[in-house]
Amino acid sequence: MRLYELSFYEIESFFYKLAEIKDILKDDNLLQVSPTLEKGDILQGTSMVKHAFPIFQKGGVVMDVTNVTQAQIAEDAGATAVMVLDKLPYDVRKSGGVARMADPKIIEEVMTSITIPVMAKVRIGHYYEARVLEALGVDMIDESEVLTPADEEHHINKWQFKVPFVNGARSLGEALRRINEGASMIRTKGEAGTGNVSEAVKHIKLINSEIAQLLSMSEEDRLKKSRELQVPYQLVELTVKLKRLPVVNFAAGGIATPADAALMMWLGADGVFVGSGIFKSSDPDQRAKAVVLATANWEDPEIVLEAQKMISESKSMMGIDIKTLKPEELLQVRGS
Amino acid sequence: MKIGVLAYQGSFEEHALQLKRAMSRLNFQGEIKPVKKSSDLKELDGIIIPGGESTTIGIVAQKLGVLSDLKAKISEGLPVLGTCAGAIMLAKDVADAKVLKKSQPLIGEMDIQVIRNYYGRQRESFEATLDFSAIGGEKGKAVFIRAPAIVKAWGDSRPLITLQGIIVMAEEKNMLATTFHPELSDTSIVHEYFLKHVKR
Repeated sequence: MRLYELSFYEIESFFYKLAEIKDILKDDNLLQVSPTLEKGDILQGTSMVKHAFPIFQKGGVVMDVTNVTQAQIAEDAGATAVMVLDKLPYDVRKSGGVARMADPKIIEEVMTSITIPVMAKVRIGHYYEARVLEALGVDMIDESEVLTPADEEHHINKWQFKVPFVNGARSLGEALRRINEGASMIRTKGEAGTGNVSEAVKHIKLINSEIAQLLSMSEEDRLKKSRELQVPYQLVELTVKLKRLPVVNFAAGGIATPADAALMMWLGADGVFVGSGIFKSSDPDQRAKAVVLATANWEDPEIVLEAQKMISESKSMMGIDIKTLKPEELLQVRGS
Repeated sequence: MKIGVLAYQGSFEEHALQLKRAMSRLNFQGEIKPVKKSSDLKELDGIIIPGGESTTIGIVAQKLGVLSDLKAKISEGLPVLGTCAGAIMLAKDVADAKVLKKSQPLIGEMDIQVIRNYYGRQRESFEATLDFSAIGGEKGKAVFIRAPAIVKAWGDSRPLITLQGIIVMAEEKNMLATTFHPELSDTSIVHEYFLKHVKR
């Protein structure tokens, strides 16, 4: 169990201070600087409320699902949330074409059939898929590179939404830029739909080492670094104070077994997203339960062993070696 | 004083930090221990069940045999603070606002009725100012995330704090339940109240 220097409330005060810089948002009443509340007043969709949601996902597994049956399997296995997609990344890869947000009718069906939070993906920069999902009432939006980007240049300005967002990142710069755009949670990218965890490992290690570098830098160099990363210096400073990303960080992309999940937790992830790894295996029920058990108990190899015994390697998804993919087939490079 | 935090999933790190600060504010010497196995329950003076997904916490705790041992300890009088998912775990009667009855592994020791996701989904999550005078504090900010509500308290259970007529904190002997998140709050008063309870 990690103890940080700053409490959630202190981190939030920092974000509100950052908001002082973002005058447009203040004018639109989207971000208030330390909003004053009278007794009995209720304030929804604030920065604090959006940053708090992912904290309750920590230590958990978010599972990709495409229908109600899969969502129920995920809930019964102990997933902390489901991510509704039209196609699993593995099938996105195979089918080609433009990948868009899931059918709202299916998302709605999933929302009424399970009690855990329901997330859904939108294309990068697609404000209107996001508006539609916000209107539908999903609990979190994933602005995801697994779908075909709608905007090759920009991401959504997430401060404008009341629903929290999760964004993918391969490096510290990508992560901090997304946080600066209002992401409430980061998902370190792997290479989705491959069943190969190597890219996820590479990216979380890169982020860790970039944070370690920041810690050893002089203030002057950190200032230079913040310009290089194109983020406010204050955000870099907050990362240094916390010695970690200032929002919840999950690992994703290629996690296929309980041991894969435990490995990502050991590398410092707060939790994991599992996509094709579960429903592209031939033992999804057992595998889902095993991944949940291993994620929550990653410090204990004996429990991870028990989880690993719950599944059979012969039933794991086949997987794709990254080295056999052409550069244009990579999903992770979208939206940096 | 040794306080455990059930640490499978959810806001356990935030609880640990708030607990540490409450201890230093009260000048209590103590140790904070993550709890994952039954053996971690030994020699605890109190335990916190954090916010998170109550189904996940229940399923994992049951699988490892911690749930029944924890239930036994609590019924024998181990002081416990359950927040949000933790309050759901403690309640004798649990329903979901939408899906209604849902079977899930629970502790079920406290005479309260809890409705999950009472206020709605994440879109309806909110922050509000609460009056902590009933537990010796002042006003403070509290965050409610997909929060449950304590709709009924009976027997030895009594409401401590309400928000717009709905119970947000209740107490019964060794058990404290909140539907908000004191670990994310600007005040550590709930943790201080709990620690004084443990000391008694």
